[in-house]
Amino acid sequence: MNKIVLTAVMAFALGTGAAQAASNVPTPAAQKWGFSGIVGHFDQPTLRRGFQIYREVCSGCHGLRLVAYRNLKDLGFTGDEVKEIAAEHEVFAGPDEEGEVLVEGDLRMRPARPTDKFVNPFANEEAARSSNVGALPPDLSLMAKARKKGPDYLYALLTGYHEEPPEGFELSDGMYYNDYFPGHQVAMAPPLADEMVEYEDGTPATLTQHARDVVTFLAWTASPELQDRKRMGIKTLLFLLVLTGMMYALKRKIWSDLH
Amino acid sequence: MSGSKIEFKNPVLKWVEYRLPIFSFIDSSVGSGYPTPRNLSYWWNFGSLAGIVLAIMVVTGIVLAMHYTPHVDYAFLSVERIMRDVNYGWLIRYLHVNGGSMFFIVVYIHMFRGMFFGSYKEPRELLWIIGVFIILAMMATAFMGYVLPWGQMSFWGATVITNLFSAVPFVGEGIVQWLWGGFSVDNPTLNRFFSLHYLLPFVIFALVFVHLWALHEHKSNNPLGIDIKGPQDTIPFHPYYTVKDLYGLGWFMMFYLFFVFFAPDFFGEPDNYIEANPLVTPLHIVPEWYFLPFYAVLRAFTDEFWFFSWFMSWVMDAKLAGVVAMFASVLIIALLPWLDGNKVRSMRFRPLSWMFFLIFIADCILLGYIGAMTAEEPYVTIGQWATLYYFAHFLVIVPLVSRLEKTGQPPESIAAAVTKKTEEV
Repeated sequence: MNKIVLTAVMAFALGTGAAQAASNVPTPAAQKWGFSGIVGHFDQPTLRRGFQIYREVCSGCHGLRLVAYRNLKDLGFTGDEVKEIAAEHEVFAGPDEEGEVLVEGDLRMRPARPTDKFVNPFANEEAARSSNVGALPPDLSLMAKARKKGPDYLYALLTGYHEEPPEGFELSDGMYYNDYFPGHQVAMAPPLADEMVEYEDGTPATLTQHARDVVTFLAWTASPELQDRKRMGIKTLLFLLVLTGMMYALKRKIWSDLH
Repeated sequence: MSGSKIEFKNPVLKWVEYRLPIFSFIDSSVGSGYPTPRNLSYWWNFGSLAGIVLAIMVVTGIVLAMHYTPHVDYAFLSVERIMRDVNYGWLIRYLHVNGGSMFFIVVYIHMFRGMFFGSYKEPRELLWIIGVFIILAMMATAFMGYVLPWGQMSFWGATVITNLFSAVPFVGEGIVQWLWGGFSVDNPTLNRFFSLHYLLPFVIFALVFVHLWALHEHKSNNPLGIDIKGPQDTIPFHPYYTVKDLYGLGWFMMFYLFFVFFAPDFFGEPDNYIEANPLVTPLHIVPEWYFLPFYAVLRAFTDEFWFFSWFMSWVMDAKLAGVVAMFASVLIIALLPWLDGNKVRSMRFRPLSWMFFLIFIADCILLGYIGAMTAEEPYVTIGQWATLYYFAHFLVIVPLVSRLEKTGQPPESIAAAVTKKTEEV
């Protein structure tokens, strides 16, 4: 407990030594995203390709604990398709009528339903760390909002690996060199490469295409309301513009008798 | 808020008015019965805007509280549930989050307007001091509200700021544990912050009521800074200023809602989308933007700071000095009515004060910039000089300049000035 207080006070007193150490990370290049800007929206085929990458690559280590299978309807999946996707995973079924939670020594499980949240790849943090050289693969639900310039950063990270670290850089065992990860050492092996995933729609399977697609998907998991929000925003601002114009006319009229 | 009684023909209105003169009260507060200087500029819109933002904050806040769970295990998840599963929850939450920033933008402009036009001067000293209490209550409310989503910055911001009280001699540690309700920021802290975050806005409402009460006694100041001499100087608040406030509100809502709909996380820290973790300290702990100038004042006081080691180190350590300076940087604003010794209110007729006013604003912005930087050179030294200048502005520049400067001659009356302007046009 005292250690927490001490770290906080030190962080406060010293500003951030660590932040300085990390500040040699280059700023990620700004990418053009279909979902940015005032009329930005999610392209459904891109989202589906991104989901395919998450499902076939990322989901081995990373969870999406805030997203439910039913949310996949936003990507154009039908109710039955969502049911099938959910049923590929199992969740704890709870006790049976006699209060028994075990079947032959294992927890009672049932297939996941559309209303369930995405099932985590690991049962708990300890399991996750022990499979990942002690590192904890973070949940990706909010990742696109939890980093500065989130989508640009994620894209830069996914495409920023080097096979060999620059000369003089001491890379620890089991770590990989990345231009954009703070400290340049990341426990995640390069997750994407050319031809990593075969797209159903025939889109060329390049590293950059994979990165763009999965980042778009993660932008959706972080801000599923984005399209509704921007559409409502345009309508609201247009309405306000007209209303303000009318208020201006009214103000001119009412004040005209004063001068 | 007294005024002339209004007469009604409608028997129901008459019946009510006879027993509870609420219609006269409204009329004399914000209606045709409230005489207002006829020359108010658009800078005077920000008071009513602040009131409207307060109302928006209370309404959205009450709805959010219906869906929010103040528990360390559920707070973060319940906020995300609001964002994803509550109908229009994202809208309500983004209105509330950005409303906090808007509240400070509007109130800071309102305060600078008061400084420029000398609105704090006799007979409006208490009105001004109540205003300083309002900004203090706003700061406490905003700080506690920022803790509620229980993200990394919520937790670590709360830890750093509550720890400041440990600088108090002898009882500091005790105060901090009392604030926490334990030995670190934890569930009891989150619970009490939620409770107080719900309570304080109503305290602000009460303070605003007193603020308006004092305002209505001597009426609004005006860009010329001269007193109302008679009815020819005033126009009724309604319809003239109600419509002007509504027109200004239109522009303000466009500004506010632009952020809500198109850049809702513009004012926020990405780290707050990571759930609080007492074992992982964020690389760079920063408060919300509206606290940055005060945060810079707090951090200016280090052992190496010459001003501290020369003048303060024999009574207190650097940490306490920083805490004292931070609180003093807000409270000193309340002393302006006495620090400023000039009878002329408006800086339109005080060119030298005008110049120093602009430098003061630049200094506040500089402090805000420094507050967002890491504690390394050259930021530390710049922050220390900017802090000294901040206090020098109040304690040296304003008292001297206001008493020594040569002022221009304000017009005889508001009416005279307005007519002259019209003739010139």
